Parts: sequence; structure tokens; C-alpha cells
Amino acid sequence: MSDDLTINKNSSHTPPSGGRGAFQSDSSLAFPGEVHPTPSGGVLVSKLDDVINWARSNSLWPLVFGTSCCAIEMMSAAAAKYDWSRFGFEVARATPRQADVIIIAGTIVNKMAPVLKRLYDQMGDPKYVIAMGACATSGGPFFYNTYSVVKGADHVIPVDVYVAGCPPRPEALINALMLLQQKIKKGLTREQIREESKIDYQKAV
Amino acid sequence: MTKEELKIKLIEFIPTATFDEGGEWLNIIIRKDDLLTSAEILRNKPELIFDYLFCQTCVDWKTHLMMVYHLESTKYRHQVVMKVQLDRSQPEIETVSHIWRTAEFHEREVYEMFGVNFLNHPDLRLLILPDGWEGKNPMRKDFEDPVNMIKL
Repeated sequence: MSDDLTINKNSSHTPPSGGRGAFQSDSSLAFPGEVHPTPSGGVLVSKLDDVINWARSNSLWPLVFGTSCCAIEMMSAAAAKYDWSRFGFEVARATPRQADVIIIAGTIVNKMAPVLKRLYDQMGDPKYVIAMGACATSGGPFFYNTYSVVKGADHVIPVDVYVAGCPPRPEALINALMLLQQKIKKGLTREQIREESKIDYQKAV
Repeated sequence: MTKEELKIKLIEFIPTATFDEGGEWLNIIIRKDDLLTSAEILRNKPELIFDYLFCQTCVDWKTHLMMVYHLESTKYRHQVVMKVQLDRSQPEIETVSHIWRTAEFHEREVYEMFGVNFLNHPDLRLLILPDGWEGKNPMRKDFEDPVNMIKL
């Protein structure tokens, strides 16, 4: 899976035919389908799920949520110099009701954990999670000898993409968001897998 | 007032105090029993007017605890650090929250982090730690993280 998700334009990797990943190309902007030209125009062949995922992945609205220095890098990634709207993460929303992706930018302390869980629960489906930096991934510098820090935000909510760094550079965050786009297109985010397994279970019953 | 002038004044007003010249600040070390009278002198004497307590905390020296009060006068712009030594096994000290109002929440923080009991404090309860905290005081040197602990 990690092999599928690496961004490498020269990759010789070929996705398996049929099913998920069939239309996955290395460019994150590619439309998931084939156009068959006919004399009167063209016929588009695709799967609805893939088109929906493609559409969703190109308009991710992040939640304004920062708990320490990673938030400064996140702001930088959103501001003019790095400008993540170039890749479709346009509007940062100050309410979880309107956000698609929560970037856990900073340390999560025991007192913040219930707040984070509530924010995640308040976000509308589909929703995605990025753990930015060492603190959100594992507790980072607060992994040992602390009285207050949660040792990884994944103890509280499911995480799709982890970013290394303390704090990560804005490029790393943008790369993580692009990885998330690829994951969404393949239907491999935690929530998509969970929904899929629910449907499978209902069919089996 | 320069540090030296300030020191002469302080000796005059608080004869039991001792001084520590090391470092950036003028440190005045006060006996625990003299705290309230000394604090009121520092706050109210017309030559001193230390009306701003800009930092109050505690240090765990393993053998004893040391209360630290950073004071400044907004009128004269001079500064002083007042220190009081406490018994580590049963730390108790009078509150100064009626002299400097800001001490009220600073003392609540010292109370939860170091376990210092402030006598006559109007509202001594946890400030930052979660309600129902039953562990040790986290800023004591012998605190152990129940999840991941490395001892040096």
C-alpha cells in the first residue's frame, strides 16, 4: 500500500486492472475514467464511486485547529508563500460542521483529548484526519516523563496520514495532504474502509 | 533606584532578610514567618511601591522547596526577587493574594504542581490539572510518569 501511495512521476509501478486503483494515475489531477471518441462527441466510461472520490479529494476543507508550533507551519502552508489552495485545500473552516479534514497540528494533552474527539464527531461525513508532527504522531518530545500529554492522537481518533517532523516544514504538510488525496481516490482512508465493511456486513446478513 | 541603593533600603526596612547577588536580579531571602510583613513593606513603602507581581513560582531543590516572587514597581521601574524557603515534607505558607491579586491563580498553580498549601487563600483548588487528579504533584523532582518513565 505504501508503495502505491508514493508520489513519483517516474514510477514504473502499474496499478492492478479492475476494481480500486484501476484508474489511478500518478498525477493527482487525472480524471478517473476513459474517454472513447465517437463521431458525435465522446463517451465517458468510469465508476461513480471513483468520480465521487475524485471530486471530494480535490476540494478538502481543513478545520482551523492548532494546538502548538505545528499550527504556525500550517498557517504558513496556507499563506501566500506555500499556498495550499493550489492543490485544492482551499478554505480553512472555523467550524467542524463545514470541514472535511482535521489537521492535528500540535500536542494533544489529556485535557484536549475530549475536545478533539468532540470536534471529530461534529465533522460531517466524509471526514479525514492528518496527524502533523511528532507530538500528534506519538507524543514526540513528550513521550517520556510527562504528566499531561496523550502519546499519539490516534489514541483518540483514527488517523489517515502521519507527517514526520518537529515541526514539519510546510512542504511536508502539503505532501501529506496530497497523499491524503491519493488515499481518498483509492478509497483507502479509514472512514471509507469502515463504510465499505459496513456495507459488506449488511450484504452478508 | 540601582540595585545597590535598593539593597540598602531593603536592609533598612527588613533587617532579618539576607541577600544573594548571583545572577541578573537582586534576590532577597526572607524567613517564612516574616513573609506577610515583608510583603506589605515591599508593596506599600512610598520608596518601594512594588505593585506588580509578574511571576510567582516555586523550585524543588530536592532538600527543600523555594518560593519565588518576582516583583516590579510600575512607578520606579525597579525589580526585586523575593525568596522563601519551605519544608519539603509539609510545605505551608501564607497567601499573598490579598496584597497582589494576581497571586490568586499563581498560587493555585504552585499548589497543584508542587503541593504547597497556601494558608488563608480564598479559593485554593486545581487550576490546570484535570478535576479529580489524584497523582503526585507533577513538578516535584520525584514525580514519575505512570505510562513512560526514564530515570537518569
